[in-house]
This record gives sequence, C-alpha cells and structure tokens, in this order.
Amino acid sequence: MSGDIFVIAEHRDGAILDPTYELLGRARALAAASGGEAVAVLLGSGVAGLAVSLGAAARVLVVDGPGLAAFSPSAYQAALVPIVRERQPALVLVANSGSGMDVAAGLSAALDLPLAAYAIDLAVDANGPVVTCQLFAGKIQARVRFAGGRGIVTAVAGSFPADAGMASGSPVIETIAPAASDDRVRFIDLLRPEAGDVDITRESILVSVGRGIGEQDNIELVEALAAALGGAVSSSRPIADLGWLPRTRQVGKSGLKVKPRAYLALGISGAPEHLEGMRGAELIIAVNSDPRAPIFSVAHYGAVADLLDVVPALTARVGG
Amino acid sequence: MDFVVLLKQVPDLAEELEIDADGTGLDREWLSFVPSEWDEYALEEALILRDGRGGTVTCLALGVETGDVDELLATCLARGADRVIKVGSFEQGPDSHTAAAAFAGALADIQYDLVLTGVQAIDDLDGQVGPLLAARLDLPHISVVTHIAIHGHGKTVTVHQEYAGGVVGEFEAQLPAVLGVQTSRETPRYAPVSRVRQLMKTATIETAGGGGGGGSGLVVEAMTVPVSSSTAEMITGSPQAIAERIAAILAERGIGSVVAR
Repeated sequence: MSGDIFVIAEHRDGAILDPTYELLGRARALAAASGGEAVAVLLGSGVAGLAVSLGAAARVLVVDGPGLAAFSPSAYQAALVPIVRERQPALVLVANSGSGMDVAAGLSAALDLPLAAYAIDLAVDANGPVVTCQLFAGKIQARVRFAGGRGIVTAVAGSFPADAGMASGSPVIETIAPAASDDRVRFIDLLRPEAGDVDITRESILVSVGRGIGEQDNIELVEALAAALGGAVSSSRPIADLGWLPRTRQVGKSGLKVKPRAYLALGISGAPEHLEGMRGAELIIAVNSDPRAPIFSVAHYGAVADLLDVVPALTARVGG
Repeated sequence: MDFVVLLKQVPDLAEELEIDADGTGLDREWLSFVPSEWDEYALEEALILRDGRGGTVTCLALGVETGDVDELLATCLARGADRVIKVGSFEQGPDSHTAAAAFAGALADIQYDLVLTGVQAIDDLDGQVGPLLAARLDLPHISVVTHIAIHGHGKTVTVHQEYAGGVVGEFEAQLPAVLGVQTSRETPRYAPVSRVRQLMKTATIETAGGGGGGGSGLVVEAMTVPVSSSTAEMITGSPQAIAERIAAILAERGIGSVVAR
C-alpha cells in the first residue's frame, strides 16, 4: 500500500470540473500526512493537454484511449480497476456526481475496498483517513474510518474550496494505455438544457419554491412576489419533477448553480443536493414550517412558518 | 420482459432522528419507516415499462425486522407488481454492501432482463446498492437515470444520466443491466390503504435466502446530529410580522420596493 491519494478527474468540453479541483486541493493538503502524493487520474481520449490544468497534483496519470472519449461506467471501471489494484493508493477520491457514483461503487465492489459516501470532510490523522459523511438528507453526520486503513470516498460538491486545487505546478505526467472494455454501456450523446425564458444564473434575486408550496395553483403567489421584488422564480427538484416549473428553473446538483444577491428559500427543506446549488448566495432567507429543516443551517435569516401565509403578506409589503 | 425492482424502507425524516446510547447509530426505538423515495420511482418506472411491453415486475426487499417489509411488499402488489420476495433475514437494515450481496444471491434464482432500484437512499453510508450489485453480478450499470426506454426487441435499454447544470448523457446498455433511478416519468401511483391491508392478509410473499457479504468495511466512530454552524437569525411572530421583517432585511440591501429593477 502507498500513501498516495488518487483523485479521479471529471472533465467536460475540454475543462476540468470544479468538484475535481475541490478534491485535488484536499488531496494536496493531506498527502504529507498520508505519506504519499496527490495523484490526479485523468481518463479520456486525446486529453494529455488537460493534464497541465491539474498542476496541483504531484503526478497525473493520463489514461488515454479512444474507448474513453466519453464517460461510460463500464469503460471507466475497466480502466480504473487494474490501476487502483496495482498502485494501492491509500485513498481514492471521487466526486459524488452521476458518473462518480458509478465509478466509486463499482471500484468498491470490484476491489473489495470500503466506500464512504456523501463525504463533507476528510482528514488524515495518526490512525489513518477519517471521513465525515452526511446522511438522512443532512440531518445526521457520521464519522467513519476504513477497517483496513484504505478506501474510496465520494464527496459532496462544495465541501472543499476549489481554489486550492487550481494551483499551478509541474506534475509528473505518466501515460497509461487503458485496459480493454467490453462496450456493454455505450455513450450516445451529450444533451444540453434548452435555453429557458429566464436564466436563473443571471438573476440577482431569486424566489425559490419547494414542496411546501403544496399545490400548483400556489405558484402564482411566488410569481407575484418575484415580480414585486424584481426577481425570478426558481425551484427545488420536486417542483421541476412535477412539471410545475420548467427544468431550467431548477437549482441544485442536477439543476443550476446560482449565486444571486438574495435567495428566498420558500418551503424548501434543504436537501444536500439543493444546498449544493445555492449556498453561495449573498443573502439567504428561508421560510419553512419544519424547524429542523436543514435549509436553516445555511440561511442567514429564517422563519418557521407556512409560506402560504408569509408570501402574500410579503408581496403586499414590498409591492406597496 | 422481466423487470426486477429492489426496494427498502428508510427512517421517516418527518420524525426527529436521535442518536443511540453508543453514539454510533440511530436510536431505533421510536423510528417510523417509509419506503425509500427513489425506490418508489424505480417501481413506477418498472410498472410503466411492463405495462407498455408486457412482462412481469418482481419486487425484492430485504427481510428486515425494523419497519414493516410485508407492508412495503404488499404496497408493491397493490400498485401492480406481479410477484414479491422477501430476501434474507436481518435484525435491522444492513449496509449497502451486505444488501447488494443478499440481492445478488436471490437474483441467482430469478429470471430478469432489467433490474431497477433507487439511485440512492438517505442512509446508504457505504455507497449505492445498484452499482455494488452490478459489479457483483458483472452486469452493466448506469446511475442517476431518467428517460428509460427499451429497444432492440428487448436487447438494449437507453437512458439519460444526469449531470450538474442540467446536462444529460444519453447511454445505451445491453440487457440484462442494472439502473439507479433518479425519478420516474409519472408520480408513483397510489395504492389504497384498504387494498394494501387486504393484500397483507391474503397475498403470497415469497422468501429467498440472502447471500453472505463481508459488510461495508467501514467503522463508524460517531454519529451526530449536526450542530448548526449557522448564524441564522430566526424571525418570529405572526406571518405579517415575519413579512415585515423580511421586507426590511431586503430593503436594507436595496431590494424590493425601494429600488426598481
């Protein structure tokens, strides 16, 4: 076993994604304590040029082959298993993304390495790695260790600063030919969201609604408030799933990341997936009927109340 | 085509969660349980796919003593599943690695083309059951999927895998395969409580042994209810008073009636 900390790099459209930088920064900070190096593992086709974007790593393993031109769970799995098996890193860090879930759990099962999911903190002390994981929609945290001292971690986006992983440097570049994959999962296309009527990432005031809105007819109430404030309406995932607002208005992990001047979270409990998309807002005001709703842990101001009572009163007040 | 759905119950988050005396788990004495939300989406997708092409839906849940697995499986039948099977016997909900091993063992004796399960659950500390199961069975797997469609005379499936920013990857996988379902195209159908109660008395819930597993390999040192690090200032009073205060906070920042857009 080495003390190396592997970071599986995610990239799209020729750019490394922020969650990879977050993990790389953490790996770099912990490498000394772990007794090894921060190693970025970059899979793709013709991606050698991207390795320079991973300067915060001490070493970049470039796994390059035509079968890796796009993400595929089976191709990534086939390529990564022999590398992790051979090099025995102390930790493998993976973003808790759509592709990261596939990669991390697949490696865990194939290599019999334990997996700590939904990590929000990671340290290495005298007893080895220690991971803080978020469970039960953020209502419980678990501090865990790996029985054998080594393991895989999937981390929630936004848990570590990305800046630390963007440092420039001159890592050792090592190129590896990927193991053959069976092609049972075939990438077809990357579909991008259609432009909506409103770009919520550019709005400075967002009035955001979640399940607490109760009924579709009540959307009018928040639209009136948004109009009175000169802002736009956004939502948490359930509202988009129900079709009450277009998908382009969805804030969160699988929606959009927003940083408005003011974010009103109305009837949004604040699942980790939602917080990922809006915790950077300058001002967060939450109204929720559940006093234990995790949204109150990121809000600057909170009120335990039914949004259907507060919103009309607020609209009248600011619109007057 | 034969669809298999893997389901479980999880603690109801509407209730307050408390930590046990050891400080390493949930206090289970007062917990109430509900079906895992994403597993319900998986079931709904399986039912829609079967209704469109014909075939069967078999639901598997672990035989866990906490909560009520029989009710969960009877609800599956009430919604339209063809067959339900209770797998293994566990004092409480096992970790995902153990669950995957148990499901893999049971699936050895079941005919299936596509296995659907929830992409995640609120308690899967050691990862998600779908990809763990797929690796054990050496089946193709895709997580975080929507838009499931069967093609090629039932030989392949296409799905959308969700990424950040609303970007979606479209994939085709050979069957049999395992999918981690993010959401269903329709809201999970309603099962009348009276029908569920009746089925709990009359329906056949089959049982299957669960294969052994080595466990998660994780050592939980502590579980805690996070102390809010927030400095959130709580606003109290009537809805009117709350609205007044929010309006004032916004006005301080030049938002609202004070400044036009």
